Amino acid sequence: MTDSNHDIEQPDGRVPKRVIGTPSPAADTALLGTGEQHAGDLDVPGVTPQNEATAKKGEKFAALCFTIALIAGIGFIVSYVAFQVGDIEKTKVSNLALGGALTVALLALAAGIVVWVRMIMPKYNLVQERHPMASDGQAREYVAETFLQGAAESGITKRPLLRRTLLLAAAPLGLAPLVLLRDLGPSYADFPKKLRHTVWGEKTKDGKHRKLVVEGTGAPIRAADFNSPGGILSVVPEGYEHDLNALAKATLILIKFRPEEIKSGTNLNWTHDGIVAYSKICTHVGCPAALYEQTTHHILCPCHQSTFDAADGAKVIFGPAARPLPQLPIAVDNEGYLVATADFAVPPGPSFWERGDAEAEVRENGGHA
Amino acid sequence: MSAGSVPKPIASTSSFIDDRIGAGNFLKRNLRKVFPDHWSFLLGEIALYSFIVLLLTGTFLTFFFKPTMGHVIYDGSYEPLKGVMMSEAYASALHISFDVRGGLLMRQMHHWAALLFVAGMMVHALRVFFTGAYRKPRELNWLIGVGLLTLALLEGLTGYSLPDDLLSGAGLRITEGVAISLPLVGTWITFFLFGGEYPGEDVVSRFYSLHILLIPGILLALITAHMILMWVQKHTQMPGKGRTNNNVVGAPFYPAFMAKAGAYFMFTFGAIALLGTFAQINPIWLFGPYTPADISAGSQPDFYMGFLEGSLRLMPAWEINVLGFTLPLSVLIPALVPMGIVMTGLALYPFIEQWVTGDRSEHHIAERPRNNPHRTSIGISAVTFYGILWLLGANDEIAAFFHVSLNWTTYVGRVLIFVGPAVAYFVTYRMCLGLQRSDAAVIGHGVESGVIKRLPSGEYIEVHVPPNEAIEAHMRGKTAIPVITGTSADGDGIPPKGMRGPLGKLRAKLSKAYGGEKIPLDGEHPHEEHAAVGSGEDDKSLTRH
Amino acid sequence: MNRITARRRHPLARYAVLLLALGLVGGFYTLVAPPGERADAAIAAGRADDVAQGKKLFEQSCASCHGLNAEGTAQGPSLVGVGAAAVDFQVSSGRMPLANPGAQAPRKPTAPWVNDETIKQLSAYIQSLGGGPTVPTQEQVDPAKGDKAKGGELFRANCIQCHNFVGAGGALTQGKYAPPLHEATPTQIYEAMITGPQAMPVFNDSIITPEQKRDMIAYIVGVREEPNPGGAGLGRIGPVTEGLVAWIAGISLLVLAAIWITAKKRQAH
Repeated sequence: MTDSNHDIEQPDGRVPKRVIGTPSPAADTALLGTGEQHAGDLDVPGVTPQNEATAKKGEKFAALCFTIALIAGIGFIVSYVAFQVGDIEKTKVSNLALGGALTVALLALAAGIVVWVRMIMPKYNLVQERHPMASDGQAREYVAETFLQGAAESGITKRPLLRRTLLLAAAPLGLAPLVLLRDLGPSYADFPKKLRHTVWGEKTKDGKHRKLVVEGTGAPIRAADFNSPGGILSVVPEGYEHDLNALAKATLILIKFRPEEIKSGTNLNWTHDGIVAYSKICTHVGCPAALYEQTTHHILCPCHQSTFDAADGAKVIFGPAARPLPQLPIAVDNEGYLVATADFAVPPGPSFWERGDAEAEVRENGGHA
Repeated sequence: MSAGSVPKPIASTSSFIDDRIGAGNFLKRNLRKVFPDHWSFLLGEIALYSFIVLLLTGTFLTFFFKPTMGHVIYDGSYEPLKGVMMSEAYASALHISFDVRGGLLMRQMHHWAALLFVAGMMVHALRVFFTGAYRKPRELNWLIGVGLLTLALLEGLTGYSLPDDLLSGAGLRITEGVAISLPLVGTWITFFLFGGEYPGEDVVSRFYSLHILLIPGILLALITAHMILMWVQKHTQMPGKGRTNNNVVGAPFYPAFMAKAGAYFMFTFGAIALLGTFAQINPIWLFGPYTPADISAGSQPDFYMGFLEGSLRLMPAWEINVLGFTLPLSVLIPALVPMGIVMTGLALYPFIEQWVTGDRSEHHIAERPRNNPHRTSIGISAVTFYGILWLLGANDEIAAFFHVSLNWTTYVGRVLIFVGPAVAYFVTYRMCLGLQRSDAAVIGHGVESGVIKRLPSGEYIEVHVPPNEAIEAHMRGKTAIPVITGTSADGDGIPPKGMRGPLGKLRAKLSKAYGGEKIPLDGEHPHEEHAAVGSGEDDKSLTRH
Repeated sequence: MNRITARRRHPLARYAVLLLALGLVGGFYTLVAPPGERADAAIAAGRADDVAQGKKLFEQSCASCHGLNAEGTAQGPSLVGVGAAAVDFQVSSGRMPLANPGAQAPRKPTAPWVNDETIKQLSAYIQSLGGGPTVPTQEQVDPAKGDKAKGGELFRANCIQCHNFVGAGGALTQGKYAPPLHEATPTQIYEAMITGPQAMPVFNDSIITPEQKRDMIAYIVGVREEPNPGGAGLGRIGPVTEGLVAWIAGISLLVLAAIWITAKKRQAH
């Protein structure tokens, strides 16, 4: 609102003031009520000015607040120039100085204004009439008539050819934006197929099985080195250490068991010397499930607490995940490094519509899921 | 012109504007618009002002943020990440935090403002709900509000994902996991959203344009509409002396309300600055860059998404495979059902209530929550439902902090989610009736005066005095909840048309239970002791038209 | 007299005699050996007198659960082969001796008899039983010598899923938990990685090399000592505490402000 004083310049006192509770005069007001009441005039009946002592005190207090805000505001600008950033310590000081100054300035302004309202402005209530939101019958009738008249003038009701071709013309234009969205997606459309394969199924450039490498260092893993029972490791595919799309499906959790700990759910042919590799991507909604308890062999997903028994084919023992973590077939190459001998038998990661019961399919074909 | 003449610069500017757009007429009608005073009427302003702070701080952030997922080697001033490969988005978010003066403050204020934006909307919506302020003629504004809340969640989700740190990535991964689980369209939606396989290289820039352009644009438009409707319909008021359904009593917009609103803006802004200065939020440098291979313990969404996280955690492992297709119920149900219950319930409530009570009249007096016990109980029940899910969204932190078993928090939650709302309903209903009874007692017998009197018989009694006028008026603002004129009105027992089918019967039954006057305020009892009480100070009121 | 005779025929007696003899020889050796070699020798095999002392300590404080010869009982696992590092970790962090059976042994103030010397003796005894990982040297765990950025990558890949991104800890199944790393010394962090205490998996030196472990220690120690540039850290556990603060501090503050602004204060007449 600009404080245009146009209406204020009208002579006031046109409407008799009354104290709330007295009967209302005839409601001859405009829809939203008129507003030429001028509170700046403290002689207005019913408006009692704050007593001067309070107002004076209020003025002093508000002025103090505004002065604090002024100083803090200047403090903000000074802090900006005075405190540089560039390391944690400096950033901490800068943040404290800038934020502290801003906070003080804003809260002081707020307090000052509240004091102003409460101690200087007069306190009184205005009463305005409400009127039903609906417009009166006459207006409605007029609108209805005008609408029909306009429709008739335009000829849209009488001329079906015009109407129909117009509607037809709008249809493709309405669809156009939807068509434009097509290239948001990739050029291929066989999404389910993409989801079924990971880079573990691909041989390396020189035609060998892909090595398992340590996440974070990229070092290949010699099976003989991964020899402490109760050990785990986060593992990524060789050559894809930083390819997030590949990692989103292919990251593994590698676990070393004492041979006697492994139960029947685990496919022993896909292990090597007590080393088992499971997909790290939770079958619920895809978080990396990697909290491993070596005493219980539980793998816990930190997002929604699906718990898998790593010793028993990573079958679900708690939580919302419906399927075990897929096991990856691994072996050692002739240098003793762990490699993947094939892709996961079933798609890793969260379920999707076209996935189907991939586990059952694999079992039907005599395989192990 | 009793207050002196308008200063020249203001007068000439205003006449310049008025000459061209006739602003005077608008101001004439609106400068002295009345705003009822109640602290709870300011709650919505928390959201409004937080939104303004979000726009201001967000604009600052866009000057420095690079919404791309191309890989760079970090070479900024945060030592423990030097030489680490990360996306440009994350690197630029680190740059804002450590290499731009005031950048960290703006980032933190932006995030705190986002939390207060949603929290403000929630408390505002609860106030509107529990006082029945959504009733006719305000259903449209209520619907806009529900839309705003939904959009705010979406805005929060897209913003949360932008810095591309390990925590935000976890949220994005869950979003993907939920999206891909949708029947029929899941893979399509996911591959289109991410431009291919998850995570791809597109999602941050796409979320960026949604977050800074599309959603805020719609939010701004809806907020404007929300304000205009509020302005046109005038604010509801609490029941009280001289307040009727046909008037509105309160402070004038200019100058008192304007100043109050200004002060509250400063308070909101100041509170956000306070939090941004003294409470660290979303320390992305500690999370590290996103990779789908890693995750941190206690990965949580921001609080407003907590209820979805909780419902995902609560769900048992249900999955259906039919004809080669998969329906992952353990994702679909928790992701869609609670959100659906809460949002659809909110949106439909005014209309369901109208259907049940048959009430088509306008309401401008806010109802005290106790005076509509079923609505209040339904509300508290929904809050309990939401609250339990929200709490369960943090069950790992609860388990770690209080040293209880994580699994047991889930088991308990699975029971509580059904029992809790029911108990809450029952308890709230009893409490409402109890409060109504105490109101009736106050009206009927007055309040305890603290004066002990000995009767001639030797008995001691405490003198009751009539309640303060303002309080009495507040209590007497109660009106009976309408009941559809159906079975009971037709004395001969033949229900009117439309009430004969099973639905009609249900409606009649619901109406009877929901409406009516449970505990009538019975003011006819004589007061036990008429101590002389002054009529209280008169409300300094003016009436004007 | 009888008792002594009986003891003499005890199957362990000959070991005791052997240990005693070794202890004497060792004691003599320490007297004549140059002081510099003492520490190394003790680390390598455990000094004989340490072993004897350690056994005594073990019998007093540990044997009731772990068995008289550390072979394990229903109450406690066998300690044969766990190595000195495990003993040092468990005892120096106060986890052992266990006060109450529970899902997990918590870190607590050490028992009164525990000090560097007794830990060394106990470690020497356990080390003498079946080898195992030894206590790392100060150099191996010196955070100043590690590369934080590299350590951070390994930390994120292998540790934060349980211990949280700054080592604030987290919940595991059935009441178990990954403890916060705020109080763990660099040596204890190293020992935990190579021994896999309780539910924690093992990260042996051949896969995560000692240098890489030192990098991780550098990161853990560096980040936990790092100040919070944005104000109070709120426990550094992420959005849960942030949400609490938004509601408890933010919304409460603003509700109070709203109450102040709208409070009715009758003006003076």
